[in-house]
Amino acid sequence: MKKITGAEAILRSLVEEGVDTIFGYPGGAIMPIYDKMYEQDHKIKHILVRHEQGAAHAAQAYAQVSGKPGICFATSGPGATNLLTGITNANLDSIPMIFITAQVPSHLLGSDAFQETDMVSLSMPVTKWNFQITRAEEIPEAIAKAFHFATTGRPGPVLLDITKDAQVNELDYRYKKIKSIRSYNPHPKLRDEDLQEAINMIRESKKPMLLAGHGILLSNGEKELLSFMEKTHIPTAVTLLGKSAIPEDNPWYVGMLGMHGNYAPNVLTNEADLIIAAGMRFDDRVTGDLKRYAVKAKVIHIDIDEAELNKNVQTDLPINTDIREFFKAITPKLNYKVSGEWLDEFEKLYQTEYERVIKPECCPSEGKIRSGEAVNVLSDKTKGEAIIVTDVGQNQMYAARYYHFKNPNSLITSGGLGTMGFGLPAAVGAQVGAPDKTVVLFAGDGGFQMTFQELGTIFQYNLPVKMMILNNNFLGMVRQWQDLFMDKRYAETNMPTPDFPKLAESFGIESHIVTDRANLETAVEDMINAEGPYLLEVKIEKESNVFPMIYPGKAVDEIVLE
Amino acid sequence: MKEMYTITAFSENHIGLLNRITIIFTRRHINIESLTVSSSEMKGVHRFTIVIEDEEELVKKVVKQIAKLPEVLRAAYFQNEDIVYREIALYKISIDSAIDKNLEHLLREYNARMVDIQKDFVIIEKTGHVEDTEKLYDILKHFDILQFVRSGRISISKQKKELSAYLNELPINEYVKGDF
Repeated sequence: MKKITGAEAILRSLVEEGVDTIFGYPGGAIMPIYDKMYEQDHKIKHILVRHEQGAAHAAQAYAQVSGKPGICFATSGPGATNLLTGITNANLDSIPMIFITAQVPSHLLGSDAFQETDMVSLSMPVTKWNFQITRAEEIPEAIAKAFHFATTGRPGPVLLDITKDAQVNELDYRYKKIKSIRSYNPHPKLRDEDLQEAINMIRESKKPMLLAGHGILLSNGEKELLSFMEKTHIPTAVTLLGKSAIPEDNPWYVGMLGMHGNYAPNVLTNEADLIIAAGMRFDDRVTGDLKRYAVKAKVIHIDIDEAELNKNVQTDLPINTDIREFFKAITPKLNYKVSGEWLDEFEKLYQTEYERVIKPECCPSEGKIRSGEAVNVLSDKTKGEAIIVTDVGQNQMYAARYYHFKNPNSLITSGGLGTMGFGLPAAVGAQVGAPDKTVVLFAGDGGFQMTFQELGTIFQYNLPVKMMILNNNFLGMVRQWQDLFMDKRYAETNMPTPDFPKLAESFGIESHIVTDRANLETAVEDMINAEGPYLLEVKIEKESNVFPMIYPGKAVDEIVLE
Repeated sequence: MKEMYTITAFSENHIGLLNRITIIFTRRHINIESLTVSSSEMKGVHRFTIVIEDEEELVKKVVKQIAKLPEVLRAAYFQNEDIVYREIALYKISIDSAIDKNLEHLLREYNARMVDIQKDFVIIEKTGHVEDTEKLYDILKHFDILQFVRSGRISISKQKKELSAYLNELPINEYVKGDF
C-alpha cells in the first residue's frame, strides 16, 4: 500500500465523506494541509474568508442551506480561538459541522509553544465531540467519527485538533465510514406505548396546539409535519429556528412563538389543553415565566435528545425519538380533527395584532421608513422565496416576523447564542451553498460593523449577496430595553456609522441609500435585479420598538402589543 | 430537598472525558463532593463514581446530560440506601503521641489497622463511610495527626441486575476491529 502524508489523508477522508467546499484561513501550523490543497486534484473548493469567525458562521449557513455538514479550517492559536464564537453558535443551534484546527507539533504540546492553545479543552463545552490527533495513523478513524457524531442524532459541531507532525508524517491510508458506535445511540426508537398514549391524549384534547421547532428542519420532517397538520387541523406555531418549516400561507399555521412572536400563539399557549412540542427545547425566550407557562395544558414533548425532555418544562408524555419518525407513525393512526372554534380564537387575536401592530409597521403612511415595512416589501418582491439571513437584534425580529417564508431552511439566523456579527458571514456561506438562489441579508448598522471585513470575501468570489442594512444609528434592541426598562438612559447604544455605500464601493460592490418611502420599492427591486452583490442602506426610524413583546419575567399571555 | 446522590457512569477510556463530565457540574454550579475514576471489569471501559448533594430533579437532568455524551456508555444515579459504598482514610500520627496512648484499643474498637510504622510516625488505615472515618479522626485529634487523607467514594449498587451487566452485551467498536 502506498503511504501518504497526514495532510493528504485529511483531504482524502473529507472527499470520502462528500465534502466539496471548505471555509477557512491558513496559518503556520496548518500549512501542510493548505500545501496539499494547492495541488487541486481533490476538487475541493476553498473559500478564503477574512477572519476565522467568519469561516465558522459561513460554514454553518452553508450547512443549513445545502443539507451537508459545514467544514472549517483554521490554524493553531488565534486562528482556532477566533472560531470559538462560531462553534458555540453552531452548538446551541444544533448545526452539523466539522472544525479542523491545526496544532503545534506533538513534542511541543503543553510547553506554551508559539501559537499553541489548548483548543480541545477550550472547545469542550461547546462541541458535541472533539479529539486531538497526534499521530497520522489516527486521521481516518477520527474523521469518520467526526462525521458520524456531527451528522447523526441531534446534530452538532465537532472539532479535530491536528498536530503539525501528524499532518506531515505518513500513514497507510484506508478509509471506512462509521455506521455505529457502541456508546452512542442516534436513533432512539419510538415505543408503541408512547405512540398509543400520544394518540389518546390528542383524541381527548379540545384545544390542542403544536409547537414546531428546529428539529423539524433538522430531520427533514417538513412534509410529515404538514400531513399531520392537514389531517388534524391542529393550530401550529413555530419557534424562531422552526420558521420556514411551514409555508406561512398554510391555513393551520398560527405564527411564531416567543418574546417577539405573534400575539395569538403566545396568549393561547395558556388556553390550550394540550401542547405537542415537536423538536423544540422550550428556550426561555419561548416560555417566558416557566411557572405560568402552558398552565391549562398537558404536554407531549418529542425530541431526539433525551436530555431536553423535562429539562425546562415538566412533561406529561416525554417521547425520545426522531420527530419525523413520530409524525410518520402517528398521522395514519389518528382519526381526529380539531374544532373550527379553537382555530377561530387564533384568527381573532391575529386580527387584533394585525390592526395594532402589523398594519402600522408594514404600511405606515408617514414618518421614516420602518423596518417591518422594508422586510415586507422584500417579501413581496421575492414572493417569499429568497433565503433570508439575519444578524441579531431588532433586524432579526423584524425579518422573522414580516418575511413570508415559503421554503424550508430559508431563514438563517443565530438563535440560541444571539451572535451579533453573524449575519454577513452567514450570508456568504448561504450564497456559496445555494449559488442560484437570491440570498438577502438583514443587518443592523451595529452587527454589520462587527464582521464587515467579509465584504472582502464577497468581493473576491463575486458572490451576489444582497445586503440590506437597516440603519437607525443605534444598537436597536439594547436601546429598546433601555427605553422600556432603564428610563431611556441610552448608555453606549448611539453609534455613528461609516458611509456604507463608500465602503461597498471600495470592494467594488454596487450600493444605494434609500431614505424616503416613495423610493423604497424601486430601491428593493434594483437590489434584487442586480446581477452581482449589492448593498442597500435603508435609513429607518431611529427609535422604533419591536412589538409584541413578552417582558422579561412575564408569562406568555402577558404579552403586550405596544 | 437536597440529598446525597451517587452517580455512576461508564465510558470509553479516552483522554478528556473526565473534563467533559465535570464541565456539566461546573456549568450548573454543583459542587462535587467526591469523584473516583477507575477501570471497570470490562477492558477499555472506565467507571466514574461521582457524589453530589442536590435535589433529585437536578440530579436527573445532570445524569441525562452525562449519558448524552457520545462516549459515555451508561449513566445512572442512586441514593445511599440503594448502594454499598466505602471510602478509605489514612491517618499519619507522630510516634511520640501514639506511644503512650492506648492505640491497640482504638484500632480494635474502630476496626482500623496499622499499615506502616516508621521511626517518627505510624500510618493507620480505616475503611467505611465518611461518618466512620470522621469519628476516628475526631478521636485521633487527641494524638498528633501529621497528615490525614480520605479517598473518594466507590460504590456498588444493590440492584439485582447490575448496571455493569449491560457492559457484557456491548459490541466492540467496528473501527477497532480492524476488519478492513
